[in-house]
Amino acid sequence: MFRFIARRLLETIPVLFIIVTATFFMVRFVPGGPFDSEKATTPEIRANLEAYYGLNLPLHRQYTNYLKAIVLHGDLGRSTKYASRTVNEIIADKLPTSLELGGLSLAIALVLGLSAGVIAAVRRNTKVDYIVSSFAMTGICVPTFVLGPLLVLIFAIHLGWFSASGWYVWQDRVLPSLTLGIVYAAGIARLTRGGMLEVLNQDYIRTARAKGASEARIIFRHALRGGLLPVVSYLGPAIAGILTGSFVIETIFQIPGLGREFVNSAFNRDYTLVLGTVILYAVLIISLNLVVDVVQVWLNPKLKFE
Amino acid sequence: MFTPLLRRAVLLATATLLTFFAGCSKKDSPPTVADSAPAPGAKILRVGNGAEPQDIDPHVVTGVGEHKIITALLEGLVTYSPDGDIAPGVAERWDISEDNLTYTFHLRENARWSNGDPVTAQDFVRSFQRILTPSLGAEYAYKLFHLVGAEEFNTGKLTDFTQVGAKALDDHTLRLTLKHRTPFLLDSLQHYAWFPVHIPTVEKFDGLTRKGSAWTRAGNYVGNGPFNLVEWKTNQKITVTRSHTYWDHAAVKLDGIEFFAIDSADTEERMFRTGALDYCYSLPLGKIATYRREHPDMYHQDPYYGVYYYRINTTRKPLDDKRVRRALALAIDRDSIIKNILRDGGQTPALNFTPPSPKFTSAARMAGDLDEAKRLLAEAGYPDGKGMPPVEILFNTLDSHRVIAEAIQQMWRTRLGVDATITNQEWKVYLDSQQTLNYQVARAGWIGDYDDPHTFLDLWVTGGGNNQTGWSHADYDRLLRGALETKTEKERMAVYQKLEAILADEMPVIPIYFYTRVYAISPKVKNWISNPLDSRAWKWVDLK
Repeated sequence: MFRFIARRLLETIPVLFIIVTATFFMVRFVPGGPFDSEKATTPEIRANLEAYYGLNLPLHRQYTNYLKAIVLHGDLGRSTKYASRTVNEIIADKLPTSLELGGLSLAIALVLGLSAGVIAAVRRNTKVDYIVSSFAMTGICVPTFVLGPLLVLIFAIHLGWFSASGWYVWQDRVLPSLTLGIVYAAGIARLTRGGMLEVLNQDYIRTARAKGASEARIIFRHALRGGLLPVVSYLGPAIAGILTGSFVIETIFQIPGLGREFVNSAFNRDYTLVLGTVILYAVLIISLNLVVDVVQVWLNPKLKFE
Repeated sequence: MFTPLLRRAVLLATATLLTFFAGCSKKDSPPTVADSAPAPGAKILRVGNGAEPQDIDPHVVTGVGEHKIITALLEGLVTYSPDGDIAPGVAERWDISEDNLTYTFHLRENARWSNGDPVTAQDFVRSFQRILTPSLGAEYAYKLFHLVGAEEFNTGKLTDFTQVGAKALDDHTLRLTLKHRTPFLLDSLQHYAWFPVHIPTVEKFDGLTRKGSAWTRAGNYVGNGPFNLVEWKTNQKITVTRSHTYWDHAAVKLDGIEFFAIDSADTEERMFRTGALDYCYSLPLGKIATYRREHPDMYHQDPYYGVYYYRINTTRKPLDDKRVRRALALAIDRDSIIKNILRDGGQTPALNFTPPSPKFTSAARMAGDLDEAKRLLAEAGYPDGKGMPPVEILFNTLDSHRVIAEAIQQMWRTRLGVDATITNQEWKVYLDSQQTLNYQVARAGWIGDYDDPHTFLDLWVTGGGNNQTGWSHADYDRLLRGALETKTEKERMAVYQKLEAILADEMPVIPIYFYTRVYAISPKVKNWISNPLDSRAWKWVDLK
């Protein structure tokens, strides 16, 4: 297993290199630059600005300087938009918030999704199943930018239970985590239901029933392990999605997370911040996929580390 | 009940989640507290302030939201009176020489920085030197180009700053020497590019010629304004509290202000509705009717010194023909756009470029009706639009621009028979297309930098950075240069009338409407001054 993990880790080096290189050049070839604004400045001032950020050097020099700074010092450079912050500072400042939002949403998604999925599978083709399945279908169909304001309207503006936006106290965290969590809970519920149904029809479950095992024992001891497999494969990309896809939630709820920086940096042509966030997300996605692969082998003895 | 394997998997998942939460335990850059945080029950104004500020260094930033924060923390030579007029700031009075080229400012002796140091004339001189230093790369350095030698110093042609027209005659006397008459100098001094910074503090953090040094962080910031920086939570809010060293601190009404960084107008409005904000900077279009009907005490629409217009690339056929440009301009039903699209937010149809103000109202206006438009188009060789190639209207992503473009597209088609397509580009691409003249007609807007028609008419000088139409007119350039050489204000305004007449005839840009600022404010807020530049001195604002 260690050889498997070591090999996968080694493979990430060229992958990251390709990602960094492609992003570096792609972002440069997009029209418009970090200093374009509605009110134009003089060509001399623009030249001063470009010199200040080293953008006057030939592109290949900028590229090698950038790589050197990352590899030798772990320095992701300075943001051109937020003059007083380096990319490292911005990431260190914002990532914990995104992780917190992601963690809370994931917990909600798992608790709601797994329980709903199991209940629906066990009570297949009953009212309970239909209710849970319609909830899941709705959750998948309703986008976060509709669900978010809807929840704010009900729980913040009319009932006044939670905050409409911000990220200061616990009341601020409820609605955004719920909004992001519900969408993924819906997906998890459907997958769990599907996975469980498949497993519940297997011979070994029938054998367990025939031997008089209790329903709880059948579900939790025998069925759940197999039923969870599709959910685990879904979780890798889902966690990455929760972390990178929190842009909408962060904007709706005014949360100081990294998702907003990730998207806005591209709009601002903040080259270094684009690269910094892309690298970070690439590392996150690669590591999460690795974790999922390892967990899957653990769960399913038919798979081997290869 | 669980198999060992499953138990391990669950443990692993739990551990991953726990690590998440551990990572989240407040590791924010510690909000260093300069002054004591405001006491409960204090008068704290909560303001929606647009996107996260780039910085709060007046020599680095370029935005409007930044302007609002900086005017709380720093004060220039002049400030605003409670009525929104120019009032003495750090300078208690000033003399202007007869030729209008020398301004001598007498600084008040009790002006203090927040660390107790006196605010001196040298502080201003060194601050001007800082923003003009080429290696700082300050975007707004050109705001100081009215000073003798400033442009040369900024472009490296001059290296000796003593040659620049800013001198400290003594600690409390500052002399500015201008290269040409600048009748709007006092107005332009309200811009933060002219604000002083506490040089020893900036130096301590190695920020004299470096952007983004730590001097602007809470705990480090030394200002001379009515408020002090207490906390900066990035992408959340900036908190300032009343300064006790400010020379006019007795006049300051509020105990503090919280500037919230909010990207989305919808989010801002929801915060306002739940009472989390006292001032909602921009009201979404869809909410205007509701607020008007249900909260007339909160709804405000003020004249705003700006114009929404269409810029034309005059270097390409068929728009190189001024008859075609005028025909297109005449065929736009501006009243309908204001009523049906802008939901009647108080905007007025723009028939000339400079918004009307007490100082200047253009006499020249776009003249003629639809018949005149058709006649012009026929004269240009396109009767009823026949033979005219389609025109492309470019706008940036916002929906409000799209609907206006669609309406104009329809008006051109049905009224003139001219086909138009509309193209949406992302903000920076859209800016690039205009700079490289890679467009035909582009949506644009301009908000005056200071209260004077010059800030609008200056745009269309040949080769000017903001011209971006390829339009060039020798008379226009000559008259514009002459405007600053005139002896009286009356003569100067007469020049601007001529410039407007040239624009109305040549139509390198199609004015559409004059802006208003539509916002919501809690009835608890008192002394909220509205002026067409949306600027105010925070010291006058109060909360009931």
